[in-house]
Amino acid sequence: MASTTTTASANTARVLGAGFGRPDQNELDFAARLRRVRLGVGVALTGIVMIFVSYSSAYVVRQGLPTLDPRTGALVRDWLPLQLPNFLLVNTLVLLVSTLTMELARRQAVSAGFGAGTASRTETDRMPWLALTIILGLSFLSGQWLVWRELAASGFYVATSPSSSFFYLLTGMHGIHLLDGILALLAAGAASLLRKSATSTAVVVDATAWYWHFMTVLWVYILCLLEFAP
Amino acid sequence: MGLVILVVIWLITFISAYFFVAKTWWLPVGASAAAAGIDHHFATTYFLMGIVFVVSQLALGYFAWKYRDRGSATRQALYSHGNNRLEIIWTLLTLILFVGLNFMSSSIWASERFRPAVSDAVQVEVTGMQFAWYFRYPGPDGKFGATKPELQDPSSGGEGAIGLDTSDPASKDDFVTGTMYVPVNREIDVILRAEDVIHSFFIPAMRFKQDAVPGLAIHMHFTPIATGDYEIACSQLCGLGHYKMHGILRVVTQEEFDKWVATQEAGKQ
Amino acid sequence: MATGEFAAHAVHAHAAPTSWIRKYVFSLDHKVIGIQYFFLALTAVFVGMFLSLLMRIHLIWPAAALPLLGEIKPETYLTLLTMHGTIMVFFVLTTAPQGGFGNYFLPIQIGAPDMAFPVLNMLSFWVTALAFFVMIAAFFVVGGAPLHGWTGYPPLSALQSAGPGEGLGADLWVISIALFCVGALMSALNFITTTLDMRARGMTLMRMPLTCWAWFITAILGLLAFGVLLSAGILLLLDRNAGTSFFVPLVTINGQLTGHKGGSPLLWQHLFWFFGHPEVYIAILPAMGLCSQLLSVFSRKPIFGYKAMVYAMLSIGFLGFMVWGHHMFMSGMSPYTAFAFSVMTMAIGVPSAIKTFNWLGTIWRGRIRFASPMLFALGFVSLFISGGISGPFLAQPVLDIQLHDTYFVVGHFHLIMGVASIFGIFAATYYWFPKMFGRMMNESMARWHFFITLIGTYAIFMPMHYLGMAAHLRRYSQLTELKYLHGLVPLQEFMTYAAFITIAGQFIFLFNLFWSMKFGDKASDNPWEATTLEWTTATPPPHDNFGGHIPVVYNGPYEYSVPGAPRDYIMQTDPEVVKAH
Repeated sequence: MASTTTTASANTARVLGAGFGRPDQNELDFAARLRRVRLGVGVALTGIVMIFVSYSSAYVVRQGLPTLDPRTGALVRDWLPLQLPNFLLVNTLVLLVSTLTMELARRQAVSAGFGAGTASRTETDRMPWLALTIILGLSFLSGQWLVWRELAASGFYVATSPSSSFFYLLTGMHGIHLLDGILALLAAGAASLLRKSATSTAVVVDATAWYWHFMTVLWVYILCLLEFAP
Repeated sequence: MGLVILVVIWLITFISAYFFVAKTWWLPVGASAAAAGIDHHFATTYFLMGIVFVVSQLALGYFAWKYRDRGSATRQALYSHGNNRLEIIWTLLTLILFVGLNFMSSSIWASERFRPAVSDAVQVEVTGMQFAWYFRYPGPDGKFGATKPELQDPSSGGEGAIGLDTSDPASKDDFVTGTMYVPVNREIDVILRAEDVIHSFFIPAMRFKQDAVPGLAIHMHFTPIATGDYEIACSQLCGLGHYKMHGILRVVTQEEFDKWVATQEAGKQ
Repeated sequence: MATGEFAAHAVHAHAAPTSWIRKYVFSLDHKVIGIQYFFLALTAVFVGMFLSLLMRIHLIWPAAALPLLGEIKPETYLTLLTMHGTIMVFFVLTTAPQGGFGNYFLPIQIGAPDMAFPVLNMLSFWVTALAFFVMIAAFFVVGGAPLHGWTGYPPLSALQSAGPGEGLGADLWVISIALFCVGALMSALNFITTTLDMRARGMTLMRMPLTCWAWFITAILGLLAFGVLLSAGILLLLDRNAGTSFFVPLVTINGQLTGHKGGSPLLWQHLFWFFGHPEVYIAILPAMGLCSQLLSVFSRKPIFGYKAMVYAMLSIGFLGFMVWGHHMFMSGMSPYTAFAFSVMTMAIGVPSAIKTFNWLGTIWRGRIRFASPMLFALGFVSLFISGGISGPFLAQPVLDIQLHDTYFVVGHFHLIMGVASIFGIFAATYYWFPKMFGRMMNESMARWHFFITLIGTYAIFMPMHYLGMAAHLRRYSQLTELKYLHGLVPLQEFMTYAAFITIAGQFIFLFNLFWSMKFGDKASDNPWEATTLEWTTATPPPHDNFGGHIPVVYNGPYEYSVPGAPRDYIMQTDPEVVKAH
């Protein structure tokens, strides 16, 4: 594994420096593509951040906002903190592990992309991490679905209270975004199985990986918001 | 073509400016204590921005004509990428103009809105609903009784429309009218409420406007200084009847107001 | 530093398509996508204009029965104004300048073979087109289109029972806007990545034409703002359909409890205007960039203060996120917060003023050629001044008390956002038509179009300021109830007649557009003798924009009338560098 690290830093240098020097034509294109797609992912994540910034501010505002009780003419705060099901922690663990496997899949794919067209490598080298990430991602989503069922069973639906509305909203939005990530990984996995270009697959896996890591960080943030600012 | 552009732009400028200067269509006569200050600041902004408007449009038209290509091979356009000193000067001047205007207006804003109504203000609760305004007075006890949304029945008018809870003792001397009576030269503390959607309470002559938001009871005050009838209009889109959601503010002498209140109270027995 | 200098050598994103579907329908070519956006906006603008015509007719003849449509009821008027505003703001002003011309010309002007992500580009167009169809569908469902205004304030927009059109029509309206947000975010992603990563060698950021800066900054604004609108839209959909109460407090409609409680109508306003204010800059920045470009080209003179123009656009973009509360001075917001927003709003007037001074400085001592793009650029400056002057009135809360929700506001935003931006779109069309279609548009039709539109729009929108000062409220279906409005009806009549003439004038443009595609004079590769990269390539540009050769840039974009040069313009790609300074 030590060689992976040195290769990783060499690859990073290639991507950052893409455009200078005269590396192999194939690698040069790959590095430049990687750079461009990573830039795109960074931009996309900025846009997605704004969605969750608005939801966070709506959350904070709604918590603190007094509303007029027309019966008494007084201002009341009607926010009741929601009891978070413990199973959420299990899900969080699953997602954290998935981010690790995602990163391993990413490094694997990227080094394969840089090495494409040179030495042959075994197909089995390529699959485990990616498939594992997909499985873990799907487990996370099923786990979230179970949490929703548990909440519904204790009487908390979307419209039950402001805090429950926000819970479903935040977890739902996160889940939808994670699902998009899973679909991208499935596409990359399928492309790889169909022996499509290693560089194209690598670009997709790399982009999705950064997106995936962001989704993990976002999840931890949402959990903290719900837990520590209930 | 340069000349045509100059003429068209100058004409548009002069014609628009004429109607602005002649005040052919102008602010309604102000009848509140705050109106004089507000109108004075309006006039200041008007004057200064008016100068900017006229000068810049005239310059645009003039330059379009003066610097037209006359086909002469000898005159070349000036090769210049700009002038930093000039940039700094006009930036600073603009900043001073805008910030200056803002601070002048802010002192008026602060004096009106940074303080609540005086303690002996006349209290009127104004409730907006699709599509009418109702005015509730607290009566001799000075307290507004409770209202309940379940009791709201707009078709019944008056107390039913605002859902007055008659079981509350404080409600006994409250009365609700469709016309807003206030005494002249007294500060009026308006408490704005809305039952269904956002409405906005606008009395042009009083330079008074405030949104009535469901879920809030917003206090705002004004002091009428001339007796008479003034139109009230709704100034926030509230549905199909928005255009006909209007009312009358009737400013009367203190004497007439007291008599009117007494009549309303008597009518409640 | 040449960021993408070798990126241009990278595997080309896609080969030239051959089938009709791949060439014109599901094309990956930014040029085709740009034209698709343009025609989407063209359709939308005629729909929007038709809606406003109906509004103008109804205001002065409320009882008139129109053929096919019959009598326009008060609630129908509100539907017309809601859809007019929504369609114009989203599908015209946010679509044509950025999605249309930006898509077509940003890659070419920076020397790139296409946008960074062509598939995403295609998707963003089709999502936007879908959004438009969903919006139009709202007219045809039971209950019709919504009547809550383009601003959609709840509870009016959140309660199905609050009015006609607030049922399925309002849901479709929200869904359409949500789709539009997704399309806009995808497009913004592409613009930003392309500008940062695909500039040709020598095309530094400070050598980019101001059009590219404008598209770039507009994309950043869009990236940060549309997510917030999307969030708000989702919350509104939940309130409308899932029984949540994000925005709806305890209210009754006609005495009936609605089941909602605790929500805040002001929360919507904050979210909406946090998007809404940057949105108006999104609508105007591309036109500002183009105006700078055209004034320079047609005065044969460099833009006055290029760096100042860039910084001005950057500050407008940045400050644009800090002023949203000026739409809410009367909303019940704290007066201290109102004060803070008003200071920021006055501040944002400063970079706008700088730009205006610099435009005047550009034509000063120039050699002005009055081609049709230039006419519209000059018209743009005039409209920007007029529309901008009314801003400082509204920016001061104490004056806003009287003017908020009156025609003064309507006049303000139509002049500075609506008409000025439309002039930018017209200017862009006349300017780039030769490059896109290989022919010139007819100049004398263009001149008729220009003068009718300039005079006509002033005649419609300048009187609105008088009406506003006289306390004439906006969004009133009829002027029959309030007594003090009666005296203002003649002015409304004048505006309606002006509207008839102005709208008629737009058909000259429409005719010119299509006629010239077939019968216009053939255009050379650089009919305007301009310096930027699109004029170095063939007309229309080949599939990869530069015919296999990658441009290298040596000069800035505004090298006109350089002393000692053989001609009065030096192309950006021309290695001969003759600098007098």
